[in-house]
Amino acid sequence: MAQTQQFCTFYLDKNLFGIELLKVQEVIQPLDLTEVPLARPVVRGLMNLRGQIVMGIDLRRQLEFPERPPGIVPMNVVVHTAQESVSLLVDEIGDVVEVGEETFEPPPETLQGKVRSAILGVHKLDKQLMHVLDTERACAIEDRAADNG
Amino acid sequence: MSDDIVREFLVESNENLDLLDRELVQLEKDPGNRATLASVFRTIHSIKGTCGFLGFTKLESVAHVGESLLSKLRDGELLLGPEITTALLEMVDAIRQMLRSIEAIGNEGERNDEPLIRSLTSLHLGEKPRAVKPRTTASSPEARGPSGAPQGNTESIGEILVKQGSVTAKEVESAIILQEEGDPRHLGEILVEQGSVKPRQVLEALQSQQSIRGAASESSIRVEVGLLDKLMNLVGELVLARNQVLQFSNATEDERIAAPSQRLNLITTELQEAVMKTRMQPIGNIWSKFPRTVRDVAAACGKQIRIDTEGKETELDKTIIEAIKDPLTHIVRNSADHGIEAPDKRIKAGKPAEGKLSLRAYHEGGQVIIEISDDGAGLDPEKLRRKAVEKGLLTPEHAAKMAEREVANLIFLPGFSTAEKVTNVSGRGVGMDVVKTNIEKIGGTVDVKSVFGAGTAVKMKIPLTLAIVPGLVVVSAGQRFVIPQVSLLELVRIKRDQVRAGIEMVHGAPVYRLRGRLLPLAYLDKELQLSKVFEDADVESNAVNMVVLQAENRQFGLIVDEIKDTEEIVVKPLGRRLKGLKTFAGAAIMGDGKVALILDVLGLAQKSGVVSKQEDRTWAESETESQEKSSNKRTFLLFAGPDDARMALPLDALARLEEFPASQVEKSGAQWVIQYRERILPLIRLKLVLEERRKRRRHGETPEMPSEAQLQVLVCSHEQQTFGVIVEKILDIVEDRAEVKSPATRAGILYAAVIGNRVTELIDLPAILRAAELTSARETEQAEVHS
Repeated sequence: MAQTQQFCTFYLDKNLFGIELLKVQEVIQPLDLTEVPLARPVVRGLMNLRGQIVMGIDLRRQLEFPERPPGIVPMNVVVHTAQESVSLLVDEIGDVVEVGEETFEPPPETLQGKVRSAILGVHKLDKQLMHVLDTERACAIEDRAADNG
Repeated sequence: MSDDIVREFLVESNENLDLLDRELVQLEKDPGNRATLASVFRTIHSIKGTCGFLGFTKLESVAHVGESLLSKLRDGELLLGPEITTALLEMVDAIRQMLRSIEAIGNEGERNDEPLIRSLTSLHLGEKPRAVKPRTTASSPEARGPSGAPQGNTESIGEILVKQGSVTAKEVESAIILQEEGDPRHLGEILVEQGSVKPRQVLEALQSQQSIRGAASESSIRVEVGLLDKLMNLVGELVLARNQVLQFSNATEDERIAAPSQRLNLITTELQEAVMKTRMQPIGNIWSKFPRTVRDVAAACGKQIRIDTEGKETELDKTIIEAIKDPLTHIVRNSADHGIEAPDKRIKAGKPAEGKLSLRAYHEGGQVIIEISDDGAGLDPEKLRRKAVEKGLLTPEHAAKMAEREVANLIFLPGFSTAEKVTNVSGRGVGMDVVKTNIEKIGGTVDVKSVFGAGTAVKMKIPLTLAIVPGLVVVSAGQRFVIPQVSLLELVRIKRDQVRAGIEMVHGAPVYRLRGRLLPLAYLDKELQLSKVFEDADVESNAVNMVVLQAENRQFGLIVDEIKDTEEIVVKPLGRRLKGLKTFAGAAIMGDGKVALILDVLGLAQKSGVVSKQEDRTWAESETESQEKSSNKRTFLLFAGPDDARMALPLDALARLEEFPASQVEKSGAQWVIQYRERILPLIRLKLVLEERRKRRRHGETPEMPSEAQLQVLVCSHEQQTFGVIVEKILDIVEDRAEVKSPATRAGILYAAVIGNRVTELIDLPAILRAAELTSARETEQAEVHS
């Protein structure tokens, strides 16, 4: 039996995504966000996570998905990155899944745009494909972005 | 032997060594000072005594030869010279290294102190250094010198022990007799071994011997820094909790909560202040090491340097003290190494042989200013320019254009070093840029001014503390922002009916006249591109709220929707991902638990253009910096006259600045006029007054009017006459003393002066009025008014 890996999964516009469980700090209910003027649109704001200030990135905007329809309150998946914790705003939280290497495939050719560069590959699950997110890339904010505004 | 005793010994000895550094340097200057000599002797003696007692033999042997040498000095058999001072300082360094090793691994470590011991011994024997038979044991009687035991003006250990009642005088006496008979052991050792006293008592006696020097020791205790840090964090949290409670109690009418929350407020504030104070340290703690540093540099380069300090009691937070220690040392070393010249060079330049290095610290506007200045060679601007071009940091054109002051600040660029030769002290091209980065990291600024041939001065502005800062909460477009109190000057509320008259436009930029001074304005919602939540309808929009802020010695007004309360905030960084946003200094968690952004006043000012990033800023800054002289200063409006001549008018002669479309200009007799505020304003075209006066007068014609679409007009008053002067372009408003003057070279000009480092002509309003022959226009105006 090959090694298995655990993933925290969530949905974005009905697509299933997964982040390696070890990289996830916690999953939390929506918190009040303070907007950051002049920052890129993907930056939805800052939240107070028990005294720690955490930036919220809208994963739909980051991956160039259509805007979240009103009525869906985004959930926070707080992930560890190299320097700080970042919260990814997603539509809905899924299960924790355990998968082996044998189901893994590199990103399919048909995938285009931002999604392609932000995922490491896909796991073929029984019902659906799970996109494995590269957390560093998913949390990246282009430098030019923050400048001057 | 308990670890506690060792630790205490280490802490104490380290302090003593610092003291030794200072005293030895002092002593070198004044070798006859017996009090200092005695104090040096006592210090070494007590270190030696304690370490012998604790079994650190290597340490003891080094301290011992030092002590022997010192005893000769004390007895006047030898005179302290540079050679001996150097040897003694080397000994201090050796001891320091051993202490470090003891702290780290529990013993003195593998080391060879023979050369040091030899040189100390030969100095002690009054010989020139030569090979001496290596000594193997730590305390051979011969090496003890003529006076092994403490004598003279200090109370001896024996006396103290007797006073403590630990031993009888007789026991001490017999121990001293043993010593005199050649017993190599210390008095304390003998007594302990005889069972007369306990080791602890001897240690106490040694300590009380030291406390003769430091009488304050009884009223203070040592506390771990870690504990203070924790206390600080807890207070930070308490402040936040207090804010939440206050917000709640303000929202309710309940008396029962109002009183206790008010008390909680007061106590928290006081507690916070007290805790902050525990972390405050005088800057003298770092400075006290500089005499030694400077002495070493001076000795290595054959220079004479005197170090003057002022304000060493100025206190800063411990973390800040730590952070500025290395940068300060670096600057001091730089000054000593290649700021101050060698004595012969100095004499040739007409300066005293001894160079002066002065350190000054003082409070100013919630910050601490530290100045390090020397009367050395200064920075050679040409050399700096050349170097910058050579290193490809600047283009030759840019370098040539740079103001002298900016050139001096080139030394803060990475990889920039003008030292011709690399010494072991400095000049490796790393350093000043690191100094700048480190100072900026803690929210400070650093700036250098230099006069070539006369000296260099480095000025640092350092915040008092990092952790908690008071901030003003403002609201713009429904969003909350915090402005650090440090940059806040005042709050101004402009009533609705005064808004139109109060806010004027200078060259397209809004300004407000605050007590006769024109203040550039920025709108927070506009700068941050916030979308308005509501438009005009609200009561709030009846007035304009302005926050007057200070950024880099320039002031500007920030227009916000609402001004709330001040709050204590804990500054948290925005994180790497948002670092690019120069308009925010960080974020804070507010009393209601939500996050608010802290405005970076300087970043905001630069973004909105109220503080320009261009050349002109540097001089404006340098001029306003010397505030003590500001009483002699006048504020001038700078503008471009005909043919781009740089001209100025004292601001008090100016009523308003206006921009008129040329199409509104009308003709009245031989005079161009414009309708302005229900009056007729005669217009003078400066160009014509200055240049074509003669011609025009001859022909008696109306001068031609300019064809530009918009006219820049200075509305001035002189002897109850109001008139407009048309200029080419309005440049800026600056403060300057306008000291360097030269007589006018043409009519209509009062004199030429240096304003903002550039020659500027001051226009002579009465002369211009006469030249323009405005008498007729004046009659027209009066006729109009009377009709």
